[in-house]
Amino acid sequence: MIELEYPFDSEYIIKKRKSLKRTLLADGTSRMKKKIAVFGGSTTNDIVVYLELFLLNYGIEPEFYQSEYGQYWQDAMFPSEELLAFQPDMVFIHTTNRNIANYPTTADSKEDVQRLLEAEYAKFEQMWQKISETYHCPIIQNNFEMPFYRIMGNKDCSDYRGRSHFLTRLNAMFYEYAERTEGFYINDINYISAAYGLKEWSNPSYWNMYKYAMCVEAIPEFSFNLSHIVKSIFGKNKKALALDLDNTLWGGVVGDDGVDGIQIGQETGVAQSYYEFQSYLQSLKQLGIILTVCSKNDHENAIAGLNHPEGVLKPDDFIIIKANWENKDRNILETAAELNILPESIVFVDDNPAERAIVQAQITGISAPVMDSIENYITTIDRNGYFEVTNFSEDDLKRNEMYKANAERAAQQATFADYNEYLLSLDMTAVIDDFIPVYLQRITQLTNKSNQFNVTTKRYTPTEMEEVFASDNYIRLYGKLIDKFGDNGVVSVVIGRKDANVLHMDLWIMSCRVLKRDMEFAMLDRLVERCREQGIDTIKGYYYPTAKNKMVKDLYGRFGFDQLSEDEEGNSIWQLDVASYEVQNHVIQVGDNSTIQQ
Amino acid sequence: MDTKTIFVRLNKVFRDVFDDDSIKVTPKTTADDIDDWDSLEHITLIAAVEREFKIKFKMGEIASMKNVGDMAKIIASRAK
Repeated sequence: MIELEYPFDSEYIIKKRKSLKRTLLADGTSRMKKKIAVFGGSTTNDIVVYLELFLLNYGIEPEFYQSEYGQYWQDAMFPSEELLAFQPDMVFIHTTNRNIANYPTTADSKEDVQRLLEAEYAKFEQMWQKISETYHCPIIQNNFEMPFYRIMGNKDCSDYRGRSHFLTRLNAMFYEYAERTEGFYINDINYISAAYGLKEWSNPSYWNMYKYAMCVEAIPEFSFNLSHIVKSIFGKNKKALALDLDNTLWGGVVGDDGVDGIQIGQETGVAQSYYEFQSYLQSLKQLGIILTVCSKNDHENAIAGLNHPEGVLKPDDFIIIKANWENKDRNILETAAELNILPESIVFVDDNPAERAIVQAQITGISAPVMDSIENYITTIDRNGYFEVTNFSEDDLKRNEMYKANAERAAQQATFADYNEYLLSLDMTAVIDDFIPVYLQRITQLTNKSNQFNVTTKRYTPTEMEEVFASDNYIRLYGKLIDKFGDNGVVSVVIGRKDANVLHMDLWIMSCRVLKRDMEFAMLDRLVERCREQGIDTIKGYYYPTAKNKMVKDLYGRFGFDQLSEDEEGNSIWQLDVASYEVQNHVIQVGDNSTIQQ
Repeated sequence: MDTKTIFVRLNKVFRDVFDDDSIKVTPKTTADDIDDWDSLEHITLIAAVEREFKIKFKMGEIASMKNVGDMAKIIASRAK
């Protein structure tokens, strides 16, 4: 819903919150349900109202628990029955500089201030640990915004007695904790309040009248920023950009103005703005975001424009270049199919409002932000939080290389008569074994990102995954696939729960970038081998249909399982007799953990 | 701005905020007359009224309003 994308009209959202919610709930989309406990140091009512709107828009239906006014610490440390029964999937701690118990005074010595700082910090760390032990779920914690007045003026930021200085140091301590703690995230209100305007943000009448720590008009912005972290943790990030060329990546029309006539580089202000935008996109690419082109142009003109000597991005930076005269929605659907990603995980960037409108009408869930003028392009994409980073793995950094290698593989495939021959030519080797710590983060990430090749769509938080990892009750496998074009990284995860001599499959997922490589059979071979070693004679598989996982409806059937049942909703149960199973992978060489250097 | 115009526009804001097209506000309307009008919704209402008339109420004004009539009087004295 465009009303809930940046740049939005906060006051409109405030006024229309009820009808917006009604519209979202009536749109017929299915949403994942998540429980979020909000521990507030100030009023949280409206924060939750707008957070709900933004999450509904991201495909998440939240249920909230809110602590009584100002009771964040008590609720965290001494949870009520109600809270324990609620079993949150996530905890958000809404504290602000209004919650600092003791600020330094001008009479304090350096040591006094250090003690104050440590006392303030200890209160928080104690709380985080308690929450983590009690609920085993991700925690989001606000950092502190700057105070709205400065007793010492400019010196407030550099003198140890200054409030600005104190808050800055406390923030740094929060960041250190965040850096060493998985499943702990900072909601950066220090940045958001500055971007909004600290003077308006911290208008004290809202605290004094309503106990809101920010002005009411700023709450939608606050909740929007917070919603990015939440949806990212729950696997709702975008993955790729489909970029128009003329007046999007450069100024002018390359077909009309010629390569020498387009605006890109250092010559003019406009050219510099496009240059800066291209640099921004290059940074996104380095973060693992896939860049593609979707432009109405002759192919050679598009390539010529991208080869402009002053440009940042070159044809090689794009995994797919669709420059033709087809409808753009069709090109985007093709791009999604070729990349094996969902069309809704693409952000369409085009200066032409008509193109955006058509694409939005044709492809449900795609984002097409308003690109009205080059000086706003970066801010518009950036503030929408499409690619919010919560987990950052090696694989993200290499993703573009991997998609590129995939495109090369596809090109080669055409030259082989027999598919098996092609698979053998890839020289595939895999590592399939029990989890090891170095891959835990990637494994968890994969469980939250895989939608299509995912039979149960069970999601794991980092803490839940740690528990599975630590338990003897499971047979766990991860699979990493390497071929002659490159290392695909960890691409498959399987988790089975032991119950006497039966193994119940909680999870079977695979990244779509290794579809049709027989990797799933290699995983099954190893699973059966582990079952035999551990005295398991029956494996039970479960398929729960979602809007996206149709491709694995018959996965267990293809594996050779017998179907035991299927209900009217399409949920099915399957069974395999371990004793009579025969190895099915003949194209991938499989090793175990001892074959990788750690 | 005349009182009638103010009430027409106020009525529209009330209907949006409380999502109820049957609302008809009069000078005597208070929070007791509208089901959802609690202290939390009051904050939203104030923000929406401020936006509609492009004014900012002072803290003292918000505290002293007893009914919609009081609100309209302040608007009449401030809005252009």
